Amino acid sequence: MNPSTRPNSASDTLENNDIVIRTENVSIFYGAFQAVRNVFLDVPKNNVVALIGPSGCGKSTLLRCYNRLNDLIPGARVEGKIAYQGVDLYDPKIDPVEVRRRIGMVFQKANPFPKSIYENVAFGARINGFKGNMDELVERSLRGSALWDEVKDKLKESGLSLSGGQQQRLCIARTIAIEPEVILMDEPCSALDPISTLRVEDLMHELKKQFTIIIVTHNMQQASRVADMTAFFNAEATEGGSRFGYLVEYDKTYNIFNAPKQQATQDYVSGRFG
Amino acid sequence: MAHSSSQSAPLDNQFAVSSGRKMFGNIMTALVFSCVAIAAIPLVSILFMVITKGLGGLTPAVFTDLPPAAGVAGGGFRNAITGTLITCLIGALISVPFGVLTAVYTIEFGRGNKLSQFVSFCTNILSGVPSIIAGLFAYGIVVLATGTFSAVAGGIALSVLMLPIIIRTSEEGFKSIPRDTRLAATGIGATNFQSVTQIILPAAMPFIATGVTLALARAAGETAPLLFTALFNQYDAKSIWEPTATLSVLIYNFAISPYKNQQALAWVAALIVVLLILVVSILARIVSRRKVY
Repeated sequence: MNPSTRPNSASDTLENNDIVIRTENVSIFYGAFQAVRNVFLDVPKNNVVALIGPSGCGKSTLLRCYNRLNDLIPGARVEGKIAYQGVDLYDPKIDPVEVRRRIGMVFQKANPFPKSIYENVAFGARINGFKGNMDELVERSLRGSALWDEVKDKLKESGLSLSGGQQQRLCIARTIAIEPEVILMDEPCSALDPISTLRVEDLMHELKKQFTIIIVTHNMQQASRVADMTAFFNAEATEGGSRFGYLVEYDKTYNIFNAPKQQATQDYVSGRFG
Repeated sequence: MAHSSSQSAPLDNQFAVSSGRKMFGNIMTALVFSCVAIAAIPLVSILFMVITKGLGGLTPAVFTDLPPAAGVAGGGFRNAITGTLITCLIGALISVPFGVLTAVYTIEFGRGNKLSQFVSFCTNILSGVPSIIAGLFAYGIVVLATGTFSAVAGGIALSVLMLPIIIRTSEEGFKSIPRDTRLAATGIGATNFQSVTQIILPAAMPFIATGVTLALARAAGETAPLLFTALFNQYDAKSIWEPTATLSVLIYNFAISPYKNQQALAWVAALIVVLLILVVSILARIVSRRKVY
């Protein structure tokens, strides 16, 4: 695709031009099947970027490419360039493990390790070769995920004994503990009740002071509440009947929800489909 | 009208269970219960026999003395008890690392690929191999090579029998761990080694422990593979490279001996083997109860 035809890239209009992740003409394939087509998307530092769109539009697939989790799926292949601070993440010389330590992932379903709350948080730091004061790091990470006050008296208890919302915040604490620069969140609130969701959303406002966050969400209100930038993806069927996802529009969240440039975006955010 | 009458009237005939069907149900229930009773008979009668015949001879001397010579009264089989423990330990030392690491490969890294399918197939066959063939194998590669019967040869024969049990239960343990947990470890930058050693193995530990205890229980009672590998020893084996007495071979030797005292000791040894397996099985139940997932 010719760069002059790239869909509304907002990076030109951004005040903060400190771009952490550049996505240049990225297509993602599973075998011969193209799941995501020609995405251009720049993620500015200390922003929350929301990826929204109907099911099957490839937003989770794209998210997983940012820390090379798609490597685990046999046959998955990325074309184009994903650059993290100027470094091509899919360069053969790049160690995916190192990528994931800088770009951590929080999953849709809270998935604490079957270990104590303390060990859940300490695990990430340990594998990262953390040498400092572990107690202090655990406390700081749990405070960072707004969980400290609820668990400070039971750090030895299993992480699985917590409620769903607490588990998800534990997973966020675990990710903070590896001290990444970017946190990826794949529908982190979809299994949470509204109160827990609100807490995680408040948390994101805090976290973005320190981290850059990319979040996939089905919840448009959530995107409008937490995101600085929003990317709307849509899915289209090919002649063969298979569907591929593509980026329709990427802009400041306010613009996406109030003054979208594309009709499809307008239809989606106003609830006409999806 | 119909509504109120159906409430007060006795149960309508069309809903009553026919007497034929009721009787059929009762007969089938009785049949099932009697099958359960019949299935329990061998276990109960074995336990009954072993306890009644063995309990009387269960004295401290059994644990401290050596087997008596033919026609001599008293005696025990301390060498057979230690021999069984040692051969089982050698078997476990070999089969546990190989078995667990095999399961790590087939589930964590090669799930569904050709090699892991082949390994699973081989595991199935191995679990069906008669134990005497395992003995023959150890005889061929250890006894003939070293020129002596030994606890090592016995342990290797037992490890062949333990291996499929440990692989199977470890695989079950690894399968029980949700995919999400693996993704979580990978998603924050754990290497394969870190996620296997720090997340997967600890979470699967109850399963692995169950597998090891079940394998030990099986090995402790095996006789055929020990007959021509560990052989037997009237005395304490001085090293693991000497013929070694085991409980199961002692039972075999003494049960067919014509001397009353030796026959009585065979019953005591049988009781101890059964108790050993019972204790190990209870341990297995206890460790598997604290399942993580």
